[in-house]
Amino acid sequence: MNNPQLDADGRLRHLLSIEGLPKKILNQILDTAESFVGVAEREIKKVPLLRGKTVCNLFFENSTRTRTTFEIAAKRLSADVISLNVNTSSQSKGETILDTVDNLIAMHADIFVVRHSQSGAAHFIAKHVPSHIHVINAGDGRHSHPTQGLLDVFTIRKYKPDLHNLRVAIVGDILHSRVARSEIHALTTLGVPEVRVIAPKTLLPAQVDKLGVHVFHDMKAGLKDVDVVMMLRLQNERMNGAMLPSAQEYFKTYGLTQEKLKLAKPDAIVLHPGPMNRGVEIDSSVADGTQSVILPQVTYGIAIRMAVMAMLAGGQGG
Amino acid sequence: MTSININLADHLPNVEDLLKTLALQIKPLLQANTALVGIQSGGVWLMQALLVLLENDIALNGVEHGILDVSFYRDDYEKRGLKAENRPSQITFDVENKHIILIDDVFYTGRTTRAAMNELFDYGRPASITLVALVNRGGRELPITPQMTAANITLEASQNLQLIQHADGTLSLELQPSLSKLQA
Repeated sequence: MNNPQLDADGRLRHLLSIEGLPKKILNQILDTAESFVGVAEREIKKVPLLRGKTVCNLFFENSTRTRTTFEIAAKRLSADVISLNVNTSSQSKGETILDTVDNLIAMHADIFVVRHSQSGAAHFIAKHVPSHIHVINAGDGRHSHPTQGLLDVFTIRKYKPDLHNLRVAIVGDILHSRVARSEIHALTTLGVPEVRVIAPKTLLPAQVDKLGVHVFHDMKAGLKDVDVVMMLRLQNERMNGAMLPSAQEYFKTYGLTQEKLKLAKPDAIVLHPGPMNRGVEIDSSVADGTQSVILPQVTYGIAIRMAVMAMLAGGQGG
Repeated sequence: MTSININLADHLPNVEDLLKTLALQIKPLLQANTALVGIQSGGVWLMQALLVLLENDIALNGVEHGILDVSFYRDDYEKRGLKAENRPSQITFDVENKHIILIDDVFYTGRTTRAAMNELFDYGRPASITLVALVNRGGRELPITPQMTAANITLEASQNLQLIQHADGTLSLELQPSLSKLQA
């Protein structure tokens, strides 16, 4: 089957989803990111790899953290960066996505970082662009957010290097979460033996067990003896759709408090992709507590995005 | 002890012997404010061996050491992309005003040295850099040459001289047909 993410030699050409990427490529991204972590700790936080390249952040949906970290990552690779908030540009005047892309290609963009509320938007652009141009999916609808999934497993690997010996729980709105989907694919591909999802029935996709996860509806049972707790953001707009009674009720049942965290292993770590709703899915004392690795996730996100861009942009000169 | 010139007809020299030659050359350079930096992978193996051979001088002068992986500074990235295996550089000392002894295994075109120097300067401004290579195989393409080598071996462009680390930790030089010849 033709995998649009890989070229004929099996090298990464686009990053659209974790699904469909071999373990070897995932490990290569994680190992390369390891080398980039050190770059950020130096006096001069730049390497010359992408000198002369132009990275175009194409955000059809709002984002602060993802856009900023992609921008910093590209700049630390010495690329030139353009960030377009497409909501406020030509799209609102009626231009199609592909026209926007074609115009940026005419301006010699080399890499597109795409976020869109429609699943498949990044695939759509990747199919359209010529072979020397690369597309990175920075979140498409409910489908995928591969760099978030990668930075999450990178963070886990930093604190718990033996992935083959871990019990991981993902908690919250699995149904609407592209992050959860990417995390599940990354964890299972890399050989984490037990991935659990904990959520009310209304926030779980149909046939979630087909993803190779263990399903729990109760925090007490689900968090028992886990090494890693990955919290998801509860999107406020879900509250209106009668999927949940109220934020307070949700917090009582599924919010991560110190008390519930005690059910996990004593050295368990807590992740959250941000932005956090304190007091809804996570208590402040946990978010700011000693087991939280939420800020290191942000730092490692830059290294992961540098690794992906560095792997994509080289090797085009024949 | 100076470097030896070797013809292809000869056997490849023993790395242990070459290391001893190199250690004697480096010894006078080991003063306060000096650091050894090995270039991945061969240069790091050699540095580790030199840390043992020169143990006393290194301890006496408080000589520091570090590792460079020049993957992010190579000039063939555009052509070849990022190699699958790269390891983090580890320079934990302050490069500013240090006398750096840069260690590589086989000196060839000078492009690796250029990449290493560019990377070093992103850590700080060293007082000086001295380039040390186990073997100079000839064929430089840049105005860069090692100040110290243990052996000069003249090779054809089609030949590829590599430092190999064996399972027991010992090092040896091996001659292999270069990749471009294999493809031809």
